Amino acid sequence: MRSSPAYRVFRVVALTVVVIALLAPLLWMVAASFKTNVDIYDTGKALAFSPTLDNYANVLEQANYVQFIGNSLWVAFAATALSLVLGIPAAYSMSRFNMKKSALVVLMARVIPGVSLLVPWYYVFSNLKMVGGFSVLVLSHMFVSLPLVVYIMMGYFDSLPHELEEAALVDGLTHIGAFRRITLPLSIPGVATAGILSFIFSWNNFMFALVLSGADTKTLPVAIFDFVGYASIDWGGLMAAASVVTLPIMVIALFVQKYVVSGLTAGATKG
Amino acid sequence: MAAVTTPTRPPRRATETPDTPAWARWANDHRKWLFAAPAMAFVAALIIFPLAWTGYLSLTDAEGSVRAESEFVGFQNYVEVLSDTDRFWPAVGRTAGFTVVALLFEVVLGMAVALLLWRPFRGQKWVRVAILMPLVATPVAVGMMWRLIFDPNIGLANQALGWIGIGPQPWLAGQHSALPTTIFIDVWQWTPMVVLILLAGLTSLSDEPQEAARIDGASAWQRFRHVTLPLVMPTVVVAILLRGIDALKTFDILYATKGRGGGSFHEVETLNVYAYGLSFDYNEYGISSTVLIIFFLIIIGSMWALTSRRKESQR
Repeated sequence: MRSSPAYRVFRVVALTVVVIALLAPLLWMVAASFKTNVDIYDTGKALAFSPTLDNYANVLEQANYVQFIGNSLWVAFAATALSLVLGIPAAYSMSRFNMKKSALVVLMARVIPGVSLLVPWYYVFSNLKMVGGFSVLVLSHMFVSLPLVVYIMMGYFDSLPHELEEAALVDGLTHIGAFRRITLPLSIPGVATAGILSFIFSWNNFMFALVLSGADTKTLPVAIFDFVGYASIDWGGLMAAASVVTLPIMVIALFVQKYVVSGLTAGATKG
Repeated sequence: MAAVTTPTRPPRRATETPDTPAWARWANDHRKWLFAAPAMAFVAALIIFPLAWTGYLSLTDAEGSVRAESEFVGFQNYVEVLSDTDRFWPAVGRTAGFTVVALLFEVVLGMAVALLLWRPFRGQKWVRVAILMPLVATPVAVGMMWRLIFDPNIGLANQALGWIGIGPQPWLAGQHSALPTTIFIDVWQWTPMVVLILLAGLTSLSDEPQEAARIDGASAWQRFRHVTLPLVMPTVVVAILLRGIDALKTFDILYATKGRGGGSFHEVETLNVYAYGLSFDYNEYGISSTVLIIFFLIIIGSMWALTSRRKESQR
């Protein structure tokens, strides 16, 4: 359907406003991360400032951020890998055998507020001497990513035709063999979507790590708070810290945007 | 592609030779549960016991340490919480206000942007990339970012207001402006989500009803109101459902911008923030569990209300 010239002009203007509104705050954060605290307080130097890397040096060296980046990476990778291992077969079964009620159990995890589980978790895991360790962080982050993986993969398996698998059975594969050698390779795009989204959600997760991490296992979103003091805030350091958390995940999303979008909208249009 | 049932189902064990090991045969026959059980067991273990325990704690006077002895007090906590007009009911009000207002803005703005992006144009890909950025940005970092922008003295927001001759506003620092400001931040971060969902819904519509209405001389607004909107309504409900659940549970942005207790006047203390504070700042496990059970019931209730409306709208 063609649109009128007037509408096209309006659309350009409106979308420009939208893009600026979405990107300007992020650019402002990154700009502030290159400013000294003196320049941040000087409103005259909003854009005309001489950039400094001091904040980043501070964040990466003194504030121990290299370790926290490692923690975040490790927790997100482990939670994603384990969620894929548990979630893909489960999603396959639930899609193939139409196990709606079983799927509901897993998807319940999306609905329940995390706080309501944290007190019992804290009790059990501290008795098991696991609080402050990596395993408890991985487990709690899996609680977020596993339902995500199951949800996305169920939709993906629903869209794969069964005939290929059935042909493989005739050709001499077992059911599990057909899943492993035919269905799984065909669902790589779905696995990529589920994996990327699970990584992003785990990387961004805050509340579980706030309660369950220790000084050595802190993840990046929790570590940001080190820059907020009682009396004053080290704005330059804080913005550098925020940039260090946010920019990598945005760069990843930039390169794999197709998968991120299909993951976020998975199942939305089926009604 | 729709799954078509093939007329001739292959024999169940087409390939099993006598030397297939027994465990492989068993695994094959029980794959339905073998595949599903680990994930279900994992989630169930992390949900069912904790939820039951939270339910139990809500009937006790547990406080101090999670290991401390506690006494069964029946529904006393519920009476106490439900008659608490100081912290609990204001928190319920803020939760409801936050969710409803944020959702309203997100759906209306999201629909507007989705409509702008609906028809292909040059540079569409770049607009989509821009839309994705707030979505993947870490919410805690986003909270910190807006905290700088909304700083009353040095923030960009008040500078920008100064350029157009409006006096500085307290934003997050104000007792009455803090909650609206956090709603603004939520709208900034999550409207893109609604855009993506609605855009997926819009692009899956067929063009014919639109064309027919256009030929009949319907104006753009009439076409949207009477053709597009009813067709895309199921997707709108999905967007409200997905976003609504998360908006009810908002924690990161509130904690990052106002800290413990939702600020010194509890000005952004929603049920989630309140329950978190009771559990981990004050160790009032009995009361916090009561709040959580009530919160949980509210969430299930609103989900149920929305899904039953969804079924109605499909009829």
